[in-house]
Amino acid sequence: MSDHETTTTGTSSTASASAAAAAGDAGVGGAAMAAQLKKVKKQKVLLMGKSGSGKSSMRSIIFSNYLARDTRRLGATIDIDLSHVKFLGNLTLNLWDCGGQEAFMENYLSQQRAHVFSNVGVLIYVFDIESRDVERDLATYVNIISALVQYSREAKVFVLIHKMDLIQPLKREEVFDHRVDVVRRKTAEAVAIVRKQKPEQQLQHYHQQHYHPQQFATSSPMTPGALIRDVDIDMQLFATSIWDQSLYKAWASIIHDLVPNLSVIETQLASLGVAIDADEILLFERTSFLVVSKWSGPEGERNPYGDRFERMSNILKSWKHTCSKFTGTPRNAEQFSDFEYKMGSNFSMFVTKFTTNTYILVCMPPGEARFNSARLNVAAARPWFKFLDGPAVATSSSSQAMASVGGGMGGYGSESNAGP
Amino acid sequence: MSPAVLSLQRIDEQNRQRLQKKDGAKAPDPTTAQTKGKPRLLLMGQRRSGKSSISSVVFHKLPPSETLFLESTARIQKDSLNSFMEFQVWDFPGQIDIFDNPNFTFDMDAIFGEIGALIWVIDAQDDYLEAVARLNTTILHLQRGYPHINIEVFIHKVDGLSDDYKLDIQRDVTIRIQDELSDQGVENAPVNFHLTSIYNHSIFEAFSKVIQKLIPRLGQLEAMLTNLCRTCRFEKAYLFDVNTKIYIATDSTPEDMASYEICSDYVDVIIDFTEVYGSWQRTQQWRDRLEGEPWDQPLEDQVACEWAESGMVLSDAQRPIMLREVDRFLALVAIMKEGSYDKMPQINMNVDVVVKGLTEFFEITKPKETRINAQSISSSAAGNQN
Repeated sequence: MSDHETTTTGTSSTASASAAAAAGDAGVGGAAMAAQLKKVKKQKVLLMGKSGSGKSSMRSIIFSNYLARDTRRLGATIDIDLSHVKFLGNLTLNLWDCGGQEAFMENYLSQQRAHVFSNVGVLIYVFDIESRDVERDLATYVNIISALVQYSREAKVFVLIHKMDLIQPLKREEVFDHRVDVVRRKTAEAVAIVRKQKPEQQLQHYHQQHYHPQQFATSSPMTPGALIRDVDIDMQLFATSIWDQSLYKAWASIIHDLVPNLSVIETQLASLGVAIDADEILLFERTSFLVVSKWSGPEGERNPYGDRFERMSNILKSWKHTCSKFTGTPRNAEQFSDFEYKMGSNFSMFVTKFTTNTYILVCMPPGEARFNSARLNVAAARPWFKFLDGPAVATSSSSQAMASVGGGMGGYGSESNAGP
Repeated sequence: MSPAVLSLQRIDEQNRQRLQKKDGAKAPDPTTAQTKGKPRLLLMGQRRSGKSSISSVVFHKLPPSETLFLESTARIQKDSLNSFMEFQVWDFPGQIDIFDNPNFTFDMDAIFGEIGALIWVIDAQDDYLEAVARLNTTILHLQRGYPHINIEVFIHKVDGLSDDYKLDIQRDVTIRIQDELSDQGVENAPVNFHLTSIYNHSIFEAFSKVIQKLIPRLGQLEAMLTNLCRTCRFEKAYLFDVNTKIYIATDSTPEDMASYEICSDYVDVIIDFTEVYGSWQRTQQWRDRLEGEPWDQPLEDQVACEWAESGMVLSDAQRPIMLREVDRFLALVAIMKEGSYDKMPQINMNVDVVVKGLTEFFEITKPKETRINAQSISSSAAGNQN
């Protein structure tokens, strides 16, 4: 036992040294970055699609911890259901769940057009794969896209081909590919329509947005290509189902682009990973269990399971449900604080509450000493990631916090040195 | 092997021989019948009652939602399962009535000779009168030729039915069968009823009960778990068959569906993690680095336990759950009392001893069913002293 302890001390002090170095690196970028860290970001997210396609269901599963089978209870959404989802403390999603009945749709496209489609960060459009009237769905989709291009050209578009569980497993890929083709074609059409029908408006819009009257006057008639490219939209398609992990994959990529300070999180996660000798680290948001960021070491990269991130989300989330059923606590409440698993001389891993808004999963090589020191180091690294939790702290105090992280780590190292 | 163990084994052997002499003329002992081949589970019932769905969900891990796409079964589907104890599952097509079929005559002995249990599936959401009538004739046939066969009636597809309605159906089916049997002069037939659905844990729990009846010396296993619960202050402990999530033994505290559910889901979580992170071969480079400075030890020596072990702390009452792999097929899962996570090292040692006992138990019962597990008793006793 004593042998183990000394090894632990050795590891943790080396780890803390590199950790302090990493904190120093972060300190160089210093004030500017810290200021950027603190901004609260609001993102308008439109959730649209035909009535009954499953918009509210997926929203409830991701953000309100519904079970897939509980979504049967949901009624039709009337008009627009606005919700503010706090994500990681400094990002707020304004989720516009737009009821999909035709009357509402027409309303969005006419009277409320500017209200609904301006300042959109992300449009999530949901297609029901089992829909009877595909042509009509696509026509609505074209209208929505044109409205979006008109008012929020920068918006990202995510198209979810939903209810894939209703297709036989073998045919899924084929059906999805076919649908992707159709949707892409229609999107191009929509963009073309906008360009053709309202060149005036288009150009004006372009003009307003860019404030380059001169450049506009000279260049735009000459290079229509610039305009076309400008109208092209950033679009991703996913096959989803509320009954499996595909939903988490789609939403993780939706979220991924919205998370502020992603690069900071990534670098810090990487230095933590190297310090504790991990194979892989995943960072989850607390309520949705969507993967916010991930880091894989050279060995972790070799993992043949490409879908492991959404799989982890799915596993942990359904585990959360089981717990809430067992303990009788509300399903949005925090359910577990700590999990560890040592698979003999194969690997070890733990999932633990990290910051107020996140959980961290660490997969690492086997070994008791290594495992214990990694746990301590992850606990010690918490203050680095405090900024994930929100906008509260001002610039100067945050750099202090950074410094005290280094101090704290050093202190911890010396403490454990003194221990035995 | 200690002399005490040897003498216990000798005494047991004598007991067994004496018993055999006494019962020699009578019907064969069910445990000796099982040793001949693998115990067999027969799934029977009306067509579309959900037999194939059950066997796919329980034994092949098919997600319940995908059973929609299963084709109807045309021939007898035989599955062999390699688990802590080898057994076979035979899935009968519902349209064949083996007792009343002019075209074929079935070899009854081949079908029912080595059977462990007959599972009769009744669709609770359908009109079940015909199913009950067929079940009655089946029971009567079996009572004549093979009276020791356990008959387990799964009143199936009860998800979505209200609790009152479920119990009404169960009562109705039970009465219909018992009336019919007593009319025919059959008393105390071994018929049991279970309410099941593939969309929740009830099907696994029902199977657990069925399988437990086929395990020789179940009481011994249960005693070991009860002892462990007492010494380590566990609330509930289960011994799981990892592949099927059937629990083959639990301690003597009252049954509790909620704790079974959380333990079984815990096994699932562990299986998933193992698959994702443990199923690929690491490089030699990785290994060399880990075994070099500053550890200078082979990886195997750096770990405390060569089998999987895991623990989880729940937030609310801080009731931890622990899991420990016993062998390739079995895992011990327990719900611990509040605040006992700090004592994990001691608990791990106790669990180690019990696991050793369990391993010996299965080693002894496997080749020769009837030898008493003297070693496991002695080692579990040692576990208590710890």
